[in-house]
Amino acid sequence: MKILVAIKRVIDANVKVRVNSDNTGVETANVKMSMNPFCEIAVEEAVRLKEQGVASEIVAVSIGPQQAQETLRTALALGADKAILVKSDNDLESLAVAKILKSLVEKEEPQMVLLGKQSIDGDNNQTGQMLGALLGWGQGTFASEVKVDDGKAQVTREIDGGLQTVELGLPAIVTTDLRLNEPRFASLPNIMKAKRKPLEEIAVVDLGVDVAPRTETLKVANPPARSEGIKVETVAELVDKLKNEAKVI
Amino acid sequence: MTTLVIAEHNNEQAQASTFTTIAAANQLSGDTVVLVAGHNCQSTAEQIAKAEGVAKVIVADAEHYAHLLAEDLEKLVLSIADDYSHILAPASTFGKNFTPRVAALLDVQQISDITKVNSDDTFERPVYAGNAIATVKSNDSKKVITVRSTGFDAVALEGGSASIEAISAGEHAGTSNYVGEELTVSERPELTSASVIVSGGRGMGSGENFEMLETLADKLGAAVGASRAAVDAGFVPNDYQVGQTGKIVAPELYIAVGISGAIQHLAGMKDSKVIVAINKDEEAPIFQVADYGLVADLFKVIPELNEAL
Ligand SMILES: Cc1cc2nc3c(=O)[nH]c(=O)nc-3n(C[C@H](O)[C@H](O)[C@H](O)COP(=O)(O)OP(=O)(O)OC[C@H]3O[C@@H](n4cnc5c(N)ncnc54)[C@H](O)[C@@H]3O)c2cc1C
Ligand SMILES: Nc1ncnc2c1ncn2[C@@H]1O[C@H](COP(=O)(O)O)[C@@H](O)[C@H]1O
Repeated sequence: MKILVAIKRVIDANVKVRVNSDNTGVETANVKMSMNPFCEIAVEEAVRLKEQGVASEIVAVSIGPQQAQETLRTALALGADKAILVKSDNDLESLAVAKILKSLVEKEEPQMVLLGKQSIDGDNNQTGQMLGALLGWGQGTFASEVKVDDGKAQVTREIDGGLQTVELGLPAIVTTDLRLNEPRFASLPNIMKAKRKPLEEIAVVDLGVDVAPRTETLKVANPPARSEGIKVETVAELVDKLKNEAKVI
Repeated sequence: MTTLVIAEHNNEQAQASTFTTIAAANQLSGDTVVLVAGHNCQSTAEQIAKAEGVAKVIVADAEHYAHLLAEDLEKLVLSIADDYSHILAPASTFGKNFTPRVAALLDVQQISDITKVNSDDTFERPVYAGNAIATVKSNDSKKVITVRSTGFDAVALEGGSASIEAISAGEHAGTSNYVGEELTVSERPELTSASVIVSGGRGMGSGENFEMLETLADKLGAAVGASRAAVDAGFVPNDYQVGQTGKIVAPELYIAVGISGAIQHLAGMKDSKVIVAINKDEEAPIFQVADYGLVADLFKVIPELNEAL
C-alpha cells in the first residue's frame, strides 16, 4: 500500500522561543528550523511499515515556504520515495492544510495518511482529525502502536486514562505520539541518494483550495513571569516553608 | 446565541474537565446546553443538570457511544450543530480527538486550548509550549473550541436544576471500532484535578524507585506525575506525563524530583501555585521556576521527607 506522510517545518524544539518586539508573533530571524518532532516519528513509522513489507511507497508532503524543501529532503533521506512541496509563504491554518492534503490524497490515493499529533509551534492538534473528517475516513490519533494486517489497522492510542486500542478499516488516518518509535538518523549515503529522489513543487493556487484565513492573531505576548524563588538547605527547612509560609501542606 | 458543551465522562460520572468547560461556556453570551453522549449515562446527565449555569442537558444514549469514538461523536454533534453558536469541549485527549472533525465539516477553523475568554469571538491560548500567549479572533460564524482546564475554575456542582431531554442517537460510523482499553487504576487523585502533585524524572533511575514518590504522594494526598524521559524509560505509564504534549496541570503544590525542567515539561506545570524542585544539579533550569529549591541527592532527601511528614 501507499502511505502519505505530512511533515511540517517548525522552529527547532531546543530553541528558546521569544516573542517579537511588536507583539505580532515570535522571533524567526536566525532561528534554527527542523522537522516537527511528531512528523519525524510519522516518517519513521512509514519507513518501518515499508521495511515490514506492508507499505510499498512513501510520499512525503509539506506545505510551507521554499525552505520546507530541506525538510522534505530529510524525509527522503530517511526513506520516503518521493516528496511534494505545496508552496505557501503564509503560515496556513490547520483547516487549510487539511483541505490541501485532501486534494493530494485524491490524486495520490494512499491507503494511509500518517501525521504528527501536533505541531510544536501552533500546538493545534487538529490537522489529522480534520483530514479524516473531510475524507470520511476513520482515525487512530496519538498512536503508540500501529499494526496493519488483512486490510485493517489496529492502533493503540495514548489517552488521558491510559491506552485504548481501535480497529480501522483502510484507508485511514494515523497521528503519532511520542512512544510510537524512536526515529533513526539519516546516514550520509542516504542523504546523498535523497538528492536524486523526485521532489515535486506545486503552488497553493494551482490546487484550487480555499485557504483564506478564518482567524486573526490580534496579539502575541509573553506569558506571566514567575517571581524568583529561594533555595532551602535542608528537608526540615523545606517542610517548615511549605507548612508555615506557603501553607500548602 | 447558545453554547453547546460536550461532556467528558465515563458513563457513570462526569470528569472534572466538563465543569471547567462549562465555566468557559458560561462566560459567553446566551445559554449553556450540555450534551451527554454515552451508554447508560443517565447518572452523568443528572449530575451535570445540577451544575451552575447549565440551561439544559441533552442525552444521546446508544451502545456505540460507550467509548465515545471520534467518528461517532462527529456525526452526532453535526446533527445538532445548527442550534448552536459555539461548540466547546475539554482540551483533553477526549476533546482533541473529535472536535477538529466537527470543525472541518462545519468549515470552521477550530481554536484549540483556550485559557481565557475575552469576548464571544476572541480568546487567549498558549502557543510554542507556553512561551507565548496568542490573542486570537475567530471570523467564522460558528466557533469550535477546546478549553484548557487549568485556565478556568470549575462551576459549582450544586444548585442548578436544568431539564434533561433525550435526543436520538446517530448511526455508528463504522470506520473505526473499539477493541479494548488498558486504563491505569489508582487510588490516588487524578493528575489534572489533584491539588498536590509529586512528579519524578529521569533522575529517579527506575520504576521501583518511584515507590518513594508514591509514599510521599500518599502522605500528601497527591497524584503522581512524571517527565517524558521517565515515561520513555518505562518507569511509569504514558498517562503520567506532564508537559506540552502530555497533561497540563496547575495544582496548589507541584514537587518536581529529578526533573531538569526542559521547556516542554515547564509548559505543563509552570502555572502551579507553589513549585518545589529537588535536583542535585544546582544549574538545572527547573530552579528558575521553583519557589523552593533543594539542591540535593533525591535518594537521600526523599526518604528524609517521607520521615518528616
Ligand atoms: C516534541 C517533544 C515533546 C516533548 N514533550 C514533553 C512533555 O510533554 N513532557 C516532558 O516532561 N518532556 C517532554 N519532552 C522532553 C523534554 O524535552 C525533556 O527531554 C524531558 O522533559 C527531560 O526529562 P527529565 O527532566 O526527567 O530528564 P533529564 O533532562 O535527563 O533530567 C534529569 C534530572 O535529574 C537530575 N538527577 C539525576 N540524578 C539525581 C539524583 N540522584 N538526585 C537529584 N537529582 C538527580 C539531574 O540533575 C537532571 O537535572 C518533549 C520533547 C520533544 C522534542
Ligand atoms: N504546513 C504543513 N505541512 C505539512 N503537514 C502539516 C502542516 N501543518 C500540519 N501538518 C501535519 O499535521 C500535524 C498536526 O499539526 P497541527 O494540527 O498543526 O498541530 C503535523 O504533525 C503534520 O503532520
